[in-house]
Amino acid sequence: MAESKYQMNRIMVQGHNIFRKYGKVQALSDISFEVMEGEIFGVIGPDGAGKTTLFRILTTLLLADQGQAMVNGFDVVEDYTSIRKKIGYMPGKFSLYQDLTVQENLDFFATVFNTTIEENYHLIRDIYVQLEPFKSRRAGALSGGMKQKLALCCALIHKPEILFLDEPTTGVDPVSRREFWEMLGKLKAQGITIIVSTPYMDEAEKCDRIALIQGGSFIQIDTPENIKDGYANPLYAVSSESMYALLKDLRSCERVKSCYPFGDAHHVTFFDDSFTSEDLEKFLQSKGHNDNNISKIRPTIEDCFMNLSSPGDAS
Amino acid sequence: MTVIQADKLTKRFGKFTAVDHISFEVKKGEIFGFLGANGAGKTTAMRMLCGLSKASSGLGRVAGFDIQKESEKIKKVIGYMSQKFSLYEDLTVRENIRLYAGIYGIPEKEISPKTDLLLENLGFSSEKNTLVKALPLGWKQKLSFSVAIFHDPVIVFLDEPTGGVDPSTRRQFWELIYDASQRGITVFVTTHYMDEAEYCDRVSIMVDGRIDAMDSPTNLKKQFQSPSMDGVFQQLARKAKRQAD
Repeated sequence: MAESKYQMNRIMVQGHNIFRKYGKVQALSDISFEVMEGEIFGVIGPDGAGKTTLFRILTTLLLADQGQAMVNGFDVVEDYTSIRKKIGYMPGKFSLYQDLTVQENLDFFATVFNTTIEENYHLIRDIYVQLEPFKSRRAGALSGGMKQKLALCCALIHKPEILFLDEPTTGVDPVSRREFWEMLGKLKAQGITIIVSTPYMDEAEKCDRIALIQGGSFIQIDTPENIKDGYANPLYAVSSESMYALLKDLRSCERVKSCYPFGDAHHVTFFDDSFTSEDLEKFLQSKGHNDNNISKIRPTIEDCFMNLSSPGDAS
Repeated sequence: MTVIQADKLTKRFGKFTAVDHISFEVKKGEIFGFLGANGAGKTTAMRMLCGLSKASSGLGRVAGFDIQKESEKIKKVIGYMSQKFSLYEDLTVRENIRLYAGIYGIPEKEISPKTDLLLENLGFSSEKNTLVKALPLGWKQKLSFSVAIFHDPVIVFLDEPTGGVDPSTRRQFWELIYDASQRGITVFVTTHYMDEAEYCDRVSIMVDGRIDAMDSPTNLKKQFQSPSMDGVFQQLARKAKRQAD
């Protein structure tokens, strides 16, 4: 876990055996977890895994069928009004007033929470300076990246202790995604606890701890490093001249347990350790692949996710 | 054989130049990655190539047809799939295929056997009478790609086809793309996943309406001295002056 000046011994968010159904669809089943003060906690999984349902329960906007959740020491059902004062929520869908200007939206949210922009300006300054040239533009006319920044400002203006960000980077290009995560790092440094969901597995690395979610269940909760350490099989990156033919030939090898394309290499595991990379090299040469590159690598979170999620369960 | 050809293709909206003199060629069967930050002009360029938007200046030919004068002919020989809209949720799997096959003028007697074959290849035969809205996202994406190439187009345009899809399905999807390319279908694809850029034969990167780099992923990584396409992209896209969309 990343070092922080904040003591990570106070539980800020807690879920206990949460279940939720929509009609016949079990959106969440048996979700339990804890988020400590000052953490960036990532909920990582594909569309339809249940991320938004969980966020709506934690932000007191939806009732669970079963189970309990506490946010900042308050129960999400009994004490929902206390929670709402303490949290900031940025929904996945842009939910600000489209026909109010940037400035008006921000004023509105500040007023609703009995505060002013001036009072908490230090929290939003870094983000707001980028918005300032457009402050009299209506929110509906902003570009996607600017809308995202405004939504974050509005979620921060009442100085929340906990920030819930539901897929803030979906559909955003890699450069803007990186900038967004830099902003989250600064907010964390101010002591704000952040719960953030994303379908991008590479963003897991920026979190202190993550929960991998699929089909409504948490399949693992831990630090990214521990999850990678827990990857059972040795993992190899394999590349050659003809990558598609290589993929098919790797799949045809009966000693190969799994093989997935990963950008410029295929990631491969074997059924047992008696089969080595030298054996694989021989096999590939017998299939006409020369110029092979086989190297043992550390798994990424995406490798771990695919390894942990059951194949038939894919959303 | 060249199937897409753009020569100084430009699109202006008032004073704003969304696409600024882009020139490139794509060969038959190639997987061409069309990358760029949000707002760099990708969608506008793609809409011109698909015959949905008129160029302000420059020339373009798609599948041998002039994009300015023969856009209706182009529409018949291309396929298109986007993340946002692809299938009718209130129709079944089979009905969706039937609808698209009809729109693209596939002869009646070919539709049924071709549908069966497609569903079998996808492993969807048991779901043929399921409403599309009841399918998991990954299945929808695979189905909508298959529908987009059902009429054996010369080129298929894919606009961020894998957004939000789980990692295994994302990879299965790319195998469908490889497969289509081996059958000679040219694939023109946009994506925000930089590992997917590596799967392309060639990649172009748009910055502020221009194409600032275009080559194979291997050569681009060499040229920009970066171990990954993400590094290449970050170097180029950070130079953008235009405000992101």
